[in-house]
Amino acid sequence: MKKIYPNKAVCIGCHLCEVACVTAHSKSKDIILAHNVEKAQEGLAPRRNVAQEGPVCVALSCRHCEEPMCVAACISGALTKNPETGRCEYNEEQCVGCWSCLMACPFGSIRRHPVKEKIIKCDLCAGRDMPACVEACPNAGLIYEDRGKD
Amino acid sequence: MKYVIVGNGVASVGAIEGIRRADPDGEILVISEESTPTYGRPLISYLLAGKIGPERMPLRPITFYDKFKVKMALGSKVVSLDAKAKTVSTDDGNTHPYDKLLLATGGVPFVPPLPGKDGSGVYSFTTLANAETLVDVAKNCKTAVVVGGGLIGLKAAEALHDRGVKVSIVELAPRVLSAAFDDKAGGLVAKRLAEVGIDVHCGTQATEIKRDESGTIVGVHLKDGSFLPAQAVVIAIGVVPAAALAKDAGIKVDRGVVVDERLASSDPAVFAAGDVAQAKDLILDDNRVVPIWPNAFNQGFYAGKNMAGADSPYLGGLAMNSIAFYGLPTVSVGIVNPAPGEAGIELSETLDEENATYRKLVFKDGKLVGYVLVGDIDNAGLYTGFIRFKFPLDADTKAKLVSGCPSILQWPEGFFDEKFNPVGAQEIV
Ligand SMILES: Cc1cc2nc3c(=O)[nH]c(=O)nc-3n(C[C@H](O)[C@H](O)[C@H](O)COP(=O)(O)OP(=O)(O)OC[C@H]3O[C@@H](n4cnc5c(N)ncnc54)[C@H](O)[C@@H]3O)c2cc1C
Ligand code: SF4
Ligand code: SF4
Repeated sequence: MKKIYPNKAVCIGCHLCEVACVTAHSKSKDIILAHNVEKAQEGLAPRRNVAQEGPVCVALSCRHCEEPMCVAACISGALTKNPETGRCEYNEEQCVGCWSCLMACPFGSIRRHPVKEKIIKCDLCAGRDMPACVEACPNAGLIYEDRGKD
Repeated sequence: MKYVIVGNGVASVGAIEGIRRADPDGEILVISEESTPTYGRPLISYLLAGKIGPERMPLRPITFYDKFKVKMALGSKVVSLDAKAKTVSTDDGNTHPYDKLLLATGGVPFVPPLPGKDGSGVYSFTTLANAETLVDVAKNCKTAVVVGGGLIGLKAAEALHDRGVKVSIVELAPRVLSAAFDDKAGGLVAKRLAEVGIDVHCGTQATEIKRDESGTIVGVHLKDGSFLPAQAVVIAIGVVPAAALAKDAGIKVDRGVVVDERLASSDPAVFAAGDVAQAKDLILDDNRVVPIWPNAFNQGFYAGKNMAGADSPYLGGLAMNSIAFYGLPTVSVGIVNPAPGEAGIELSETLDEENATYRKLVFKDGKLVGYVLVGDIDNAGLYTGFIRFKFPLDADTKAKLVSGCPSILQWPEGFFDEKFNPVGAQEIV
């Protein structure tokens, strides 16, 4: 399957991927409304986050594991592995906010929704051909391609 | 190939998904005593609390069983296993042959020989049916006592409290969740429970369930001399592996069904997974029964793959619990209470009582082997990663973990690219 591969050698920590993620997951799809209104009112937050240690940085999000620990841990069935697409899918309706997945994912890819008792997680921009973060990166720091059997 | 799975808990769902990774067509039959398709067992406390409705209970969409080509025999209990003939027989008179059998029978609630336990008003809390019963009980019940302050007991107490019942918890150990917490974490949680009005009595035990002449429960006597008035008692001391089928068939059973790295029992055609199994532990390098959800799913998944012929060793389970108490989230993973005087252990504890946050890290031989987080749990997954991948830690990294700042960029050189940015076609876990 196609996944997003982050390259820490070229990431400059500009956070544009986060901006694109927030906009893509907003209701308005408008960069200003998304950041200045929906963020405050609805707790809209990025699913991709830049990690920084000294001079090194890299933009991380769910890696859609072949054998996802989050799916194993999910008590409600909100997280499932789609056998056809290989994506690790999240259904917010089902989630009860138990944080089991947040504890189990060894990559720290799951976050709490800022206001709801729900989680947020990368969905590879369901419905778009190219994830918004990949499109937004000025340095090809995120590559969306198929590198293996899954 | 004909697969038979006994039980339809989460281990069973894991097994179905595991089998289908390796064998798209083999016949799968699931036989289960409970008559509903697999539901989120931990969700029964959310149902009892009224937080979710019955439509939210199923763990997978109803189309799941068709899509994965699974036949279901629900409401049917397996009463015997003939390992020689490779058949199982059910209480409704059927006999099913198998090539590979999975025992995913879970656990049965343990009820101690407590005087007064027999009769009306005493309940367990492990099934959907139990939760439905307690929804009705709660309507006409002012006070209840929950015997057992482990995960299930706390969940039952919380849910009954949400239904307007005044609840007291009785726990033998000096703190609630004694295995997953230490005294500091237990203390913060007990304080939170007291604030919302749930009484916690630790370090004592129920000695008798008192009934009046008509047999109606009036309360519970404790060893410390006190008496807790109650109309209902929930016994939630723990579950014991439902291993009788295996034992009677001559399969090796210790505390649970003993399984190897492929999740196979002493009989190569019989596998076991979940609360019934005594399987490998990631840290302890030994087989243990750790009755938690993620282990049950993973063991089922690996059992499934191996039953279907994939040679896929199970790396071992990791004890983990995530529970929130009225807005106070807690996470506990791995070894949190090392034996006193154990060699190579180093502890770090950061307690902020005012803000109800606590972070405890347990290191062994320079690696992270366990942690407890109360209040601030946002970095839990990253800490879990350090345990799961068994990274050796230099002083700098250790200091960062201790100060509450774990990061993927602290991983050893090369490991980041292996997991996040591998080159070319390779198996990606
Ligand atoms: C209230 C509650 C809350 C919990 N919360 C958490 C939590 O937050 N996190 C966590 O990690 N764990 C939690 N757990 C524990 C978790 O639910 C179990 O570890 C998990 O359900 C085990 O799954 P399993 O598939 O091994 O067995 P089970 O879910 O117990 O399923 C076994 C099934 O097999 C059937 N069965 C047994 N014997 C037979 C037979 N002879 N013939 C036919 N069918 C049979 C049973 O009826 C049952 O349906 C909780 C448990 C409870 C009760
Ligand atoms: S959330 Fe974590 S465990 Fe789940 S698929 Fe993504 S990276 Fe893997
Ligand atoms: S927080 Fe939601 S998605 Fe995560 S394990 Fe719990 S129910 Fe599943």
